[in-house]
Amino acid sequence: MSLPRSDQSGHSDISLGTAFHRLGSPPSVYRLATQLTPWFAWAAVACFGIGLYGALVVAPPDYQQGHAYRIIFVHVPAAWLSMAVYVVFAIAGAVGLIWHIKVGFIVARTSALIGATYTFLALATGSIWGKPMWGAWWVWDARLTSELVLLLLYLGYLALDSAIDDRRTAGRAGAVLALVGLVNLPIIHYSVEWWNTLHQGATVTKLGAPSIHIDMLVPLLIMGIAFKMHYLTVLMLGVRAGLLKQEKRASWVKTLSPAR
Amino acid sequence: MVGLIVVGCTIATGLALLALRENINLFFSPSQIVDGTAPSNTTIRLGGMVVSGSIQRGENLGVTFVLTDLAEQVTVAYEGILPDLFREGQGIVTQGKLDSSGRFLAQQVLAKHDETYMPPEVNDALRKVMAVDQ
Amino acid sequence: MREFFAMGGYGAYVWSAYFLCVVVLGGTVAFSITNLRTLLRTLSNSQQGPSD
Repeated sequence: MSLPRSDQSGHSDISLGTAFHRLGSPPSVYRLATQLTPWFAWAAVACFGIGLYGALVVAPPDYQQGHAYRIIFVHVPAAWLSMAVYVVFAIAGAVGLIWHIKVGFIVARTSALIGATYTFLALATGSIWGKPMWGAWWVWDARLTSELVLLLLYLGYLALDSAIDDRRTAGRAGAVLALVGLVNLPIIHYSVEWWNTLHQGATVTKLGAPSIHIDMLVPLLIMGIAFKMHYLTVLMLGVRAGLLKQEKRASWVKTLSPAR
Repeated sequence: MVGLIVVGCTIATGLALLALRENINLFFSPSQIVDGTAPSNTTIRLGGMVVSGSIQRGENLGVTFVLTDLAEQVTVAYEGILPDLFREGQGIVTQGKLDSSGRFLAQQVLAKHDETYMPPEVNDALRKVMAVDQ
Repeated sequence: MREFFAMGGYGAYVWSAYFLCVVVLGGTVAFSITNLRTLLRTLSNSQQGPSD
């Protein structure tokens, strides 16, 4: 117990630093992720069940767009999550960078992959919605372009991460890229207000009451929760895999049962 | 050190976007066409609302209509398939060129829709209420 | 029922968007589970086998 402290965060508040490190220690994170996985998974299944029923059966058709607007129930949650996951991604990277917590890099890496997936889904479903309503699959307007930049940021990070062999260097370089990319988030959100775009303005997150009928809003919000639960499920699985890869020689890994 | 890089890159990106700000607009308004802000003889986008009763259909999918931004009006000529949302009072973005007589020859017509979503019955009810108020 | 699948003429668009989401979201979960299982199996094998 009289060993000198060897972690690099010694210059900061010691009690805070040690608390963080204990919380972020690989075995405890692995245990927590394992316990949480089924909860998130079942919550996702339940929300998708209720949400899809509401989106496809309960919600009435739109006065302008008929049934084509139903794409909103997958498009908007994917777009929300593409940005929310980016925030987690950047914060997790920063935690790894500042406090030297490796779990931060693992959360960032896993989030980048899922975030890229959601961004792709938002762009693809938006394109499928745009063709019948706007009359074009793709337009270079500010909203669509900034969302494409988001996809490129995620892909750039993943390319950078796979190009650097040393995990610590890769994590730090990636975290810097993630933090710089944060500037894109307000641009995406406000693009429809700052510039003339073909894309419509915000419906739910604007000031005042959402301009969407309650029978459409409820399924939309449930689908939003469903996507969040899906993210958390995949995040837990990804973090566990990342920890195993990183700590394969650690003693706590050897005590794990091979079954699950 | 890393903090400096982050701050530096953020400022650079911000400045670049500020410079882009003027050019990133998707379309010009009818007022900008009339007052000459929009360049002629080059392909531009024009956005506005379709004036009620201005849609005239010609032969072979040809159509002319008037776009307004509630200040100025521009007549648009187009030949081709219109998007499903194209209708009177709808926001439209067209791509094409101005001819010498001030008519806009469109190569592409895109429909814009707003961020309001409601069932048809609710819209009908709203219209009735508004009609009574007037 | 046929009306439900027709989606007022927009069936092809609506269903392809939903189908894409189901495939991609289900695919990420399936990939993550397989990846984790494989890792756990390799790790337990390397423990039983000769130490490297």
